[in-house]
Amino acid sequence: MSTQKMNFMLVGVGGQGTLLASDILADLGVRLGFDAKKAEIHGMAQRGGSVTSFVRWDRQVFSPIIPRGEVDILVAFEKLEALRYLEHLKPGGMLLVNAQVIEPITVKAGDAKYPPAAEMQAAFERAASRVCWVDGLLLAEQAGEARTANVVILGALSALLDTPAESWLDAVQAHVPARAVEVNRKAFMLGRENILVEA
Amino acid sequence: MKRLLSGNEAIAYGAWEAGVMVASAYPGTPSTEILEHLARFPGVYAEWAPNEKVALDVAIGAAYAGRRSLAAMKHVGVNVAADALFYAAMTGTEAGLVLVSADDPAMHSSQNEQDNRQFARFARLPCLEPADSQEAKDLTQAAFDLSEQFDTPVMLRVTTRICHTSTLTEVGTRREYPTRIEKYPRNPKKYVMVPANARGRHPVIEQRILDLAQFSETFVPNRMEMRSTSLGIITAGVAYQYAREVFPEASILKLGMVYPLPVGLIRKFASRLERLIVLEELDPFIEEQVRLMGIQLYTPADAPDYSPNAKLIFPITGELDPDVVYLASSRAGLIDVPVPGKSKGKIDPGLALPGRPPVLCAGCPHRSTLYILHKLGLPINGDIGCYTLGVTPPLNAIDTCGCMGASIGVAHGACVAGDNERHFAVLGDSTFFHTGMPALLNVAYNRSNVITIIMDNRITGMTGHQENPGTGLTLQQKETVTIELEPLVRALGIERVLTLDAYDVEAIEKTLKAWVKEDGPGVLITRHACALLPGERRGWMTLKVIEEQCNGCTICFRIGCPAILKSEKVDPKYNRPLAQIDPLMCTGCEICARVCPRDAIPTREQILEQEA
Repeated sequence: MSTQKMNFMLVGVGGQGTLLASDILADLGVRLGFDAKKAEIHGMAQRGGSVTSFVRWDRQVFSPIIPRGEVDILVAFEKLEALRYLEHLKPGGMLLVNAQVIEPITVKAGDAKYPPAAEMQAAFERAASRVCWVDGLLLAEQAGEARTANVVILGALSALLDTPAESWLDAVQAHVPARAVEVNRKAFMLGRENILVEA
Repeated sequence: MKRLLSGNEAIAYGAWEAGVMVASAYPGTPSTEILEHLARFPGVYAEWAPNEKVALDVAIGAAYAGRRSLAAMKHVGVNVAADALFYAAMTGTEAGLVLVSADDPAMHSSQNEQDNRQFARFARLPCLEPADSQEAKDLTQAAFDLSEQFDTPVMLRVTTRICHTSTLTEVGTRREYPTRIEKYPRNPKKYVMVPANARGRHPVIEQRILDLAQFSETFVPNRMEMRSTSLGIITAGVAYQYAREVFPEASILKLGMVYPLPVGLIRKFASRLERLIVLEELDPFIEEQVRLMGIQLYTPADAPDYSPNAKLIFPITGELDPDVVYLASSRAGLIDVPVPGKSKGKIDPGLALPGRPPVLCAGCPHRSTLYILHKLGLPINGDIGCYTLGVTPPLNAIDTCGCMGASIGVAHGACVAGDNERHFAVLGDSTFFHTGMPALLNVAYNRSNVITIIMDNRITGMTGHQENPGTGLTLQQKETVTIELEPLVRALGIERVLTLDAYDVEAIEKTLKAWVKEDGPGVLITRHACALLPGERRGWMTLKVIEEQCNGCTICFRIGCPAILKSEKVDPKYNRPLAQIDPLMCTGCEICARVCPRDAIPTREQILEQEA
């Protein structure tokens, strides 16, 4: 996909670093010469709730919220959250899923069931033109810091867009502390090289 | 240089560039980050006040003293500060005074979605409303100028979507403002609002709002964007963005000042268009006034019978977004072809989705107290803070919750009304400092039986860890006096006061069980720092369930800890799932270990002993 007008939706669980990833993605849009907006919804809890954000790149962006059914790429930091927001994808949109499962309290308490993997996979395939996977946590640990999973996911996302890695890395560098630049660079490259794109 | 700034950062930049000297606020979503950012700028004094009324009084005093000043708060904070707002509207100030009201349509993190533009009209103040971060910055600067030009406080009204959206904003440098007066004013006719002086001021402020209305006709942020003449939209705030998104061809009157309205400009705009609508979030604030002007708005065929307070097309509740605007416009006959790409409702995952509600974090020191309170089965009057989440199952530990500081007064009311149950009031340290103190004074003074529990987690938690009078640090990270709760509570006239460690489940239970049998008020302080504070994080440790000792009795499930799961293994005798601890979430707070009747969860001490 060439870099053009883009609508990204990032979804995950509080504490996964979706908001930092959204900041980096919006910043990248500006670095590429676009107008960009980033909107986020985070509920009351410090951790553990559902977190969503929108990043839009265009010549001129108006609404910070992407109309339902107009998301080009849905980036899910957690599998169940991918399922929850599938309907925001445009027909032909792409889905990038981090292979992590974080059971919500309703499941832990035994009041609800986490959907079975095969059924989730089928729903993903019905909604998205392409389903891509990345194992953010595993690759982040390989990079040397579990907390860089969000940057691993950005690395994977970068492989879906026709943008040089250096532009991405510049944006990442601007948003992480100086001492963490190296580990984040490693995490980014691991994500970029290890994305699994299903046909 | 243009940078991506959130609306809140942009307001901070705007205030700083406009030479603000003093800023005061009480934290509240979505406004909190305004002061957090402003506190880092050089040349600005910024503080957390104990509540919004104090914050606004502080800003008013600074403005009387000739320094540009700002107070920021969430929408419901303005209710607390309203008394101050109304006298400041009467007196005016010596230097610019800006009140930022951050409203929360959709109640992402609030108890109501009141529309604070109404406060501007109520108090006769000009109200500015930005549509993105650049405007948030520009209008903050304009607000200071307007405030001085018209001798009036100015309200800058923003919403969650503006506060928490980042858009490109040009940042500049600070314009230093000399103090505008040589000496604090001695001008009782203007600044002492005794009836005789206040009667003199009222006509002044009524004339001021007429002058402002005149000014608004040429105020540049009120602008006409002429495109097609078949549809015109009067709009303001973030709704402007939705208007552009859904109606790219429509002409727009974009208002930067939403009160008072530019009547002439609105008439001029209306006269050029075939159909005219108003697109605004929440109340029909602009819509009502436009109708009062006798201007005909487009009315859908099936519009409900004309109620003067109804909105003709768009919902009066909730937050707008492009989908809501699209749907309402389509119902009203303004859009007839479906917008391309709409797949709304087409994709059904075909699977039941487990919800992901917010919960008290693993290790939360509020959990133990809420668990015991629920066990006691008596009415629990709650308050605003993380502990409000105790309302959710399995804790079910909050029976009422209205606003900041309400818990104690409501419990006292039930008591003096003769309700035959013993009443608890539950609130946090910051909320106690905010408005809990006068209510507790009332309990002591009027002798009710309320048992108040102050859950002191050593920080203002829910808004993301802000300092408060109990933490020993100021917003600008200066060391200061630490206000101790126990002597404060005694000074308010309560004799039965005890402080316990918030993780000490047994002691909390024993104390409360004894207190409910005794007459007279009491205050139990359950104290332990928020588990997410850096000092606590360093002490995190993972606990484990010894499977052989667990028989799936379910007691640890009832504390509602997200780190406790139901294992796939079952107890052979009772056929119940065993407990299991999520090692990634557990902080080692030991609440589960303390409630376990079978000692199946070793404490930290036991684990360390075993390892040694």
